[in-house]
Amino acid sequence: MKILFKVCVVLTALLLGYGFCQAMYIAPTEATMGDVQRIFYYHLPSAWVAFLLFFVNFLASVWYLIRRNVASDAVALASAEVGVSFCTIVLITGPIWARPIWGIWWTWDARLTSTLVLWLIYVSYLVLRHYASGGQVPVLAAALGVFGFVDVPIVYMAIRWFRTQHPQPVIGGGQGSGLHPAMWHAVLWNLAAFAMLALMFVWVRYKQAIVEHQLEDAHAHASLYETEGAQ
Amino acid sequence: MTSAPTLWAITRRSLVKDLRLEWRSKDAINSMLFFALLVVVIFSFGFDPTAEESRKIAGGLLWVAILFATVVALNQTWTREIRNQVMDAYRLSPAPPQALFLSKTIGNFIFVSILEVLMVPLFVVFYNLRSVGPVWQLLVVALLATWALVVNGTFFAALSIRTRSREIMLPLILFPISIPALLAMVDATTSILTGDNSPIFWMRLLAVYDLVFTTVSLILFEPVLNAE
Repeated sequence: MKILFKVCVVLTALLLGYGFCQAMYIAPTEATMGDVQRIFYYHLPSAWVAFLLFFVNFLASVWYLIRRNVASDAVALASAEVGVSFCTIVLITGPIWARPIWGIWWTWDARLTSTLVLWLIYVSYLVLRHYASGGQVPVLAAALGVFGFVDVPIVYMAIRWFRTQHPQPVIGGGQGSGLHPAMWHAVLWNLAAFAMLALMFVWVRYKQAIVEHQLEDAHAHASLYETEGAQ
Repeated sequence: MTSAPTLWAITRRSLVKDLRLEWRSKDAINSMLFFALLVVVIFSFGFDPTAEESRKIAGGLLWVAILFATVVALNQTWTREIRNQVMDAYRLSPAPPQALFLSKTIGNFIFVSILEVLMVPLFVVFYNLRSVGPVWQLLVVALLATWALVVNGTFFAALSIRTRSREIMLPLILFPISIPALLAMVDATTSILTGDNSPIFWMRLLAVYDLVFTTVSLILFEPVLNAE
């Protein structure tokens, strides 16, 4: 397992390096936006990876509610944490890209707003995990995880309608209709790199969560024996 | 799972107990009402709208005031039960957990509805409101929106009561999930008040939201009640 992990770390580093070359040097410069558009190769993969991780969180939460095993709770925690990190990257790279192209940092466009709401929901999930204590945390968190994911389509519907009723301040979509093949290469390589990177983070956090759980168990056992010995 | 009559009998019994307690103490209603009144007064200092403008912003102000006041009431939902170990007793009893959840939700629904009945005339007076669209639609929106707030609110109050910082926790987990419902209730109310757009989409969205989250809450309440 340790060797596999090391191999994966090296692979991730190579992929990230190659993805960087693809995005910065090999992909052609976009006609109207210029070099600024290259942030797209980090923006889009982060978004897809974040959404994927939130879905993993939902599956793990449901699985935990059915089976009550430590592993699925650890997966839920790890995927939510890494998902929020990647979603934060999306929300930071977005405005950096929007400012020179649209002339504004932020607009309440459907996609931006839904991503922000999604981010808020999963931050609240992490806040709950942080403030709850004891053995009930996994159940409470899993319940909130299910609520959060069920909310996503409703959020999307509401915000889309909200925006279509009002005049659009800017043209919504970023990338236009078609992508140059070399641009696709850069997107896919970076997607692979970011997916690997996310997987590594989730792996590490998963291991930590499992160890934390074992440690808590050990402490509980130890204090139990101590009280028995004192009597 | 027990049969339906038992579920309703327990729900009704528990609801009657809560209503009687509230009738005698008036804890939730009084604190909610005074809080909402303060929010309305502070809002009217913050904005000084004309009749036309107030029609556009009143929906937002009203629902934000009600949302904040609802949180005040929701936080008190389970405190009494925790203090008297009712939750533990309930866990040991064969009564279905859904009955407890339903009675608390219906109780909160009644409290918030009373608050709305008292608050809306105040809003009409303070902001010189006169609806352009049909008023009966406002009633439907109010019923759907209140249920949307209390069903999730009651569930999350049961979650947050188990955490270290109880009172702060509830809005932190309730508000993000409630964003689509809030958007729907505010926009539906504004559409009716101004008469500009049709509120039908928003009413449908609220109905879907109510249906989905009532189902999810009823399914997930049992594991949350038994979490230890």
